[in-house]
Amino acid sequence: MAKTVLVTTTINGESTEFLCKPRESLLEILRDTLGMTGSKEGCNNGNCGACTVLIDGLPVDSCLVLGVEVEGVEITTIEGIADVGQLDPVQDCFLEGAALQCGICTPGFIVTARALLDKKPDADEQTIRFDLSGNLCRCTGYDKIVRAIQAVQESN
Amino acid sequence: MSSGNGNYRVLGTRPRRHDGAEKVTGSAIYANDVQLPGLLTGFVLRSPHPHARIRSIDTSEAEATEGVFAVISGEDFPEVADKVADLGEGSVNLSHLSGNVMAKEKVLYKGHAVAAVAAVNIHVAEEAASKIKIDYEVLPSVTWVLDAMADDAPLLHENLCTDHMGEKDEKPSNTAVHMHFEKGNVEEGFAAADVIVEREFKTATVHQGYIEPHVSVADWTTSGRLKIWTATQGAFTARQQTAEILQIPISDVVVTPCEIGGGFGGKIAVYVEPVTALLSKKSGRPVRISMTRAGVFEGTGPTPGSFMRVKIGATSDGKLVAGEAWLAYDAGAYPGGMIGPGCMCVFSCYDIEHAVVDGYDVCMNKPHTQAYRAPGATQVAFACEQVVDEIAEQLGICKLEIRQLNAAKEGMRRVDGPVYPRIGLVECLDAVAQSKHWKSPLEGENRGRGIAAGFWFGCGLKSSVSASVNHDGTVNLTEGSPDIGGTRTSIAMQLAEVLGIDTFDVIPQVVDTDSVGYTDVTGGSRVTFATGLAAYEAGLDLQQQMVGRAADLWECSADDISVVEGEFKGPGKSASFKELAQELFKDGEPLVARASVAPDCATNGFAVHIADVEVDPETGKVTILRYTAIQDAGKAIHPSYVEGQMQGGAVQGIGWALNEEYFFNENDTMDNASFLDYRMPTMLDVPMIDTIIVEAANPDHPYGVRGVGEPPIVPPPAAIANAISEATTTRFYELPMSPPKVWKGLSETS
Amino acid sequence: MKDFDYAAPTSVQDATALLAEYGERARMLAGGTDIIVQLREGLRDAEMVIDIKKISELMDLDYSAEAGLTLGAGVPCYQVYENAEISAAYPALADSTHIIGGWQIQARASVGGNLCNSSPAADTIPSLISLGASCRIAGPQGEREVPVSDFCTGPGRNVLETGELLVSIQLPPSTANSGSAYERFIPRNEMDIAVVGAGSWVQLDESGRTIQEARISLAAVGPTPIVAQQAAESLAGQEASEENLAAAGGLAREAASPIDDMRGTTEYRVHLVGVLVKRTLARAVARARGES
Repeated sequence: MAKTVLVTTTINGESTEFLCKPRESLLEILRDTLGMTGSKEGCNNGNCGACTVLIDGLPVDSCLVLGVEVEGVEITTIEGIADVGQLDPVQDCFLEGAALQCGICTPGFIVTARALLDKKPDADEQTIRFDLSGNLCRCTGYDKIVRAIQAVQESN
Repeated sequence: MSSGNGNYRVLGTRPRRHDGAEKVTGSAIYANDVQLPGLLTGFVLRSPHPHARIRSIDTSEAEATEGVFAVISGEDFPEVADKVADLGEGSVNLSHLSGNVMAKEKVLYKGHAVAAVAAVNIHVAEEAASKIKIDYEVLPSVTWVLDAMADDAPLLHENLCTDHMGEKDEKPSNTAVHMHFEKGNVEEGFAAADVIVEREFKTATVHQGYIEPHVSVADWTTSGRLKIWTATQGAFTARQQTAEILQIPISDVVVTPCEIGGGFGGKIAVYVEPVTALLSKKSGRPVRISMTRAGVFEGTGPTPGSFMRVKIGATSDGKLVAGEAWLAYDAGAYPGGMIGPGCMCVFSCYDIEHAVVDGYDVCMNKPHTQAYRAPGATQVAFACEQVVDEIAEQLGICKLEIRQLNAAKEGMRRVDGPVYPRIGLVECLDAVAQSKHWKSPLEGENRGRGIAAGFWFGCGLKSSVSASVNHDGTVNLTEGSPDIGGTRTSIAMQLAEVLGIDTFDVIPQVVDTDSVGYTDVTGGSRVTFATGLAAYEAGLDLQQQMVGRAADLWECSADDISVVEGEFKGPGKSASFKELAQELFKDGEPLVARASVAPDCATNGFAVHIADVEVDPETGKVTILRYTAIQDAGKAIHPSYVEGQMQGGAVQGIGWALNEEYFFNENDTMDNASFLDYRMPTMLDVPMIDTIIVEAANPDHPYGVRGVGEPPIVPPPAAIANAISEATTTRFYELPMSPPKVWKGLSETS
Repeated sequence: MKDFDYAAPTSVQDATALLAEYGERARMLAGGTDIIVQLREGLRDAEMVIDIKKISELMDLDYSAEAGLTLGAGVPCYQVYENAEISAAYPALADSTHIIGGWQIQARASVGGNLCNSSPAADTIPSLISLGASCRIAGPQGEREVPVSDFCTGPGRNVLETGELLVSIQLPPSTANSGSAYERFIPRNEMDIAVVGAGSWVQLDESGRTIQEARISLAAVGPTPIVAQQAAESLAGQEASEENLAAAGGLAREAASPIDDMRGTTEYRVHLVGVLVKRTLARAVARARGES
C-alpha cells in the first residue's frame, strides 16, 4: 500500500494542505477531498478540458496532474477566477452572450479563456480557436463562446 | 388561442438566464457534485465480448476486498415481465430495459454491464471489479445491419420474430420490426417520371457525445424510500423505469433531476440508477456511479447506423412525383431503434404524390440505440437531400428552386399519415434566397456550396407546473422539465409575458418527482412549447383568481375587471400585478395557481442549412468555410437560446458529416471509445455559425412556439455532402465523409 | 489506477539509483500527459513513479547561437514555442511542440517525455531527427550520447537500459540559410494523433537556390519514426524547385511501411507521406530563404 503524502500548495490564493495517495489526480483532490466541485470530469484522459485549472497561470487538465505534483505551486480554479461576490469579465460576457447551454464545459472554458486573455489580450479569432481547441463543447457549436471572449476584448 | 406575432414585452428579449451565475462560477450542482455523508463510489464491470453466454459469476474475491461494501450482478435484479411500458417519448420492453441495465444470461455487446462494486473510492472499486471472475461462452457476433438481417446471422434473441405491421413471422430473426407506409401509387408515379435517381447510402454509428457522463446517486438506506439524484432528461421517466426494473412501487422512488451536462436523447433511458440503488441497499450507504468515458461510448445508447436506398422520380419541370425508400437501421442489442421517425421523415420536406417507405429495426451486437436529437432523421436527410440535388443537376434546375417548387405546405399528407397544419418550410427557403450567404458568390478552387432541408415533428406530451405568489409580488414557478439549454428561463418568460411582469420577477425551479405534477422528458423539442404552454395556462389561472379576489376587494363584479398588460383595472380602481398581489396577501388564501397540459399535436419544425466547403484533394480533408442555419421557430421566446440550439445542432451535424463514427474491428468491438479517436469538432474545426430565425407561428401555441431543439441536426451532413459534390463533382454516399474516404473517392473519379 | 509510490528526486544520481532499484517497476513522470493515461488504463504498470521535475538539469532550457540548444528532458512544450530565438533557430521543433494536444497538454507535456514514450506517431521526434538532435542519457554506468534517430527501437520501446534516464536533448547550432518544418495530417484541426507526420530540414547555398543537404523524418508510418534517407540524399546539390521537392516526397513514400488501422489505411498513409514531405520541404526552403 502506497504511503500517504502530505501536500502543501496554494489554491485560489489560499495556502492549502491535503493528504493523498500518489495515484489520486488533482481533479479528484479538488472535487472529492477539498469539495471544490467546479472543475468537472468529462473524459479523464486529457481530451475535453472540462477539468481545466491554472497552475502558475497556465491552463492544465487537472485529470492529468497527480495531487502529489502540486507541492509549492499556485493553482487557480473556477472558484477563484473572480473575487467573492464578483464576476470576472469573462464570466459576465458568457452570461450576457448566452455562451453556455448545459454549462458542464463552462468552468473549463472560462478558466482557459481567462488565461488566454491575460496572455494575449488582442488574440484574433483564429488564435482564440486554436488556443481553446483543448476545450470541447457539445451544446453551443462554439459560436457564442468565441463571441463572448471577443466581447471581453471589446470592453477593454 | 391567439397565435399572433404581436408586440411582446418580454418574449423576444434576451435576459440572462436565472441559473447562469451558478453555471459560470462552477457552483451549479450536477449529479457528480452531490455530496452526502458516507457516500461510496461505484464502478461497473462490463463485458469484454460482443456476444456471449454467462456461465457463472464469482464475486467472492471482490466482496472480500478491503474497502468494498457491496457487489452486485444480474442475479441481484428481480425478474421483469416481458411487457411494454410507455415512457413518454416512445415505449420500451421492460425486460429488455432491465437486461440492458445489467445482463442476466447473455451479454449482447462489448460494454454490456455485468456487475458492479461499491467501495470507498473509485480505485478500490475498480480493483475489486477486476477480481470478479466471469466464465463466458463466447458466441459469434454481428455488427453490420445487412449482415444482421441475413438468414444465417447469429441470433441475439431466440424468441424475436419480425413484426410486419402487426403480423409476426414464425422464424426467429434479428429484425424486430418491419414498417411499411404508402401513399398514392408508386408504379404510376415512376412511370410518369422523366428522370429517376436511385442511390444507396450507409451511415456509421455515432454518439450524442455529451461532455458529462451518466451519473447517479442513490440512497436506499433509511426511510425505505429510494432517493435518486441523477443526470436525466426526465425525472419522472427515470423514476418509472427504475421502479419497474427493481419491481417496487413508483411511489417508493423519488428522483431529483440535477443540473445536467447535455443529453440530446441519450439520458432518457436509465443505466446506473437501478445499479446504484441496489448497491445502496446492499451496502447500507449512499452510492454514486459516474460512468467512465469508455463506458459511455460502449455502454449507453448511440444512434443507429444505417443502410438506405432512396429512389425519387421527377418530371422535367422539376416536380417530384414518386419516392421509394428502403431503410434498415441498427437497433443495437435490443429492439426499439429509431426506424419509425426515419420512415416518417425521409420524404417529409417534399410534396410527393406517390411514395412508399419500408423500414427495418434490426438487432445486432452493438449497444442498444437511443435517440440522438431528431433520431433517425439525419440519416434519411443525408439520403433524400442528395437524391433531390442529383435530380436538380440532371434537369438543370437550381437546387434552391427545386426545393421551393416541391416544398411541403399546409394540407400536405405525409407518407406516414399526418396532414401538415400551418408550417414554415417555404418561409425558410425564401429566407435562404434572401440571405447574405446565398447571395455572396463563392470563389476559388475546390470550393462548393450546398443546401439541404430537414424536418422534425416536435412533440407535445405532458407537463405540469404550479405558480405561487410571494408576498413581494414575485412568483415562484415550479416545473419538472430538466433544463439543458436555458428552458427554465424561456418558460419563466412565457409566464412573465402573460402576467405582465418582469422576467426576473418569476423564479423558476426544476424540482423532484415529489414536488410537481407529472412531466414528460426534456426532449422531442417539447419543453419551451409544452411546459411553456403550461406556464401560460397557470398564468391565466392565476390572473383569474386575482380578478375574483380583486372583485371582492374592490366590491365590484369580476366582469367589471379587465387585465391590460398585467394591470388590473376595475371601476375607478387599478393595480399592477405586484400591488394587487401584496394587497391580497394581507387577507384570505395564498395565491397558488396550477396547470397541466397534454397537447396532442406536433410542432413541425423545418430547417434549411447552407454550407460552403473547401476540399483539399491531396488529403481529402474538408474545411467548412461558412455556414448558415435557417429555421422556423414559430416564435423565438429567447432568441439567444434558439440560436444556440441551431448552432449546437449544426456543429453536431458537422461532426457527424466529417469525422464521427464507431470503429468496429474484426472482433466486433469498438476501437475508439475515447474522445481522442471519437472525433467531435473542436473550436478550431468550425467557423462561426450564422443563424436566421424564421417565425411562422404555430397555431397550437398561444405565442406560436415551435420546438427548435432537434431540426438543426438534420440538414448538416446532407448540406455538406451537397457542397462537396459542388466542390469536386464527386458525391459521397457514406457517413462520415472522413478524409481517407474523400481522398479515395476523389482519386477514383479523377 | 493501481497503487504506486511516488518519489521526486532532486539529482540525476538519486534518480538513476531509484531506477536501478526498481527497474521495470518504475516509470518516469515529466508532464504526465502520456504516463498518467497509460497507468489509468492499465497500458503501463508502475510500483514507483519518479517525478523528474525537481531535477534542475532536466528542467533547464539553454540556448545560444554558438552552442545550440540544450533542452532538459522535462521542459514543457510551451517553453519551446514561446521562445522566439529557439523558434527561429529550430522552427520544426516549434511547429511540433505547438500542435501536441491543446494548450492544456502543451503546458505540461515535454519533448523529452514525447521522445521517451516512443510512440511511432510522436510529433516531436521527426523534428528532432531532421534537426540532427542527440540524447544525453545518464545511468549507473555513467553518461552516453545517442542520436535521436537511433533512440526508438519499436512501438513504445527505446534504447534506455535499466537504471537509465534521459537528461536532455541537444540540438546543434542553427546555420545560415537553413530551415526546417514539421507538419502532420490529422482528421480534425487539433487534438488528434498524427495519421502521418513529416519533419524536414534543408541547408541551402548562399543564393538560396540549391539544396546542399536535407534531412527528412517521418512519424506514424512504421514501428518507429523513420528516416527517409534516400529521399533526403536525392536532394543534395539539387535546385530547390517544386518538382524536385515533389520527387523527394515520392521517394520518401518508399521509406514508409505503415499499418492499416482506424487512423488510416496503408495506402492513404503512403500517399500522405508524399504530400507532407513535399509541403514541409517547401516550408523549410521558404524559411531558409527568410521568406516566412
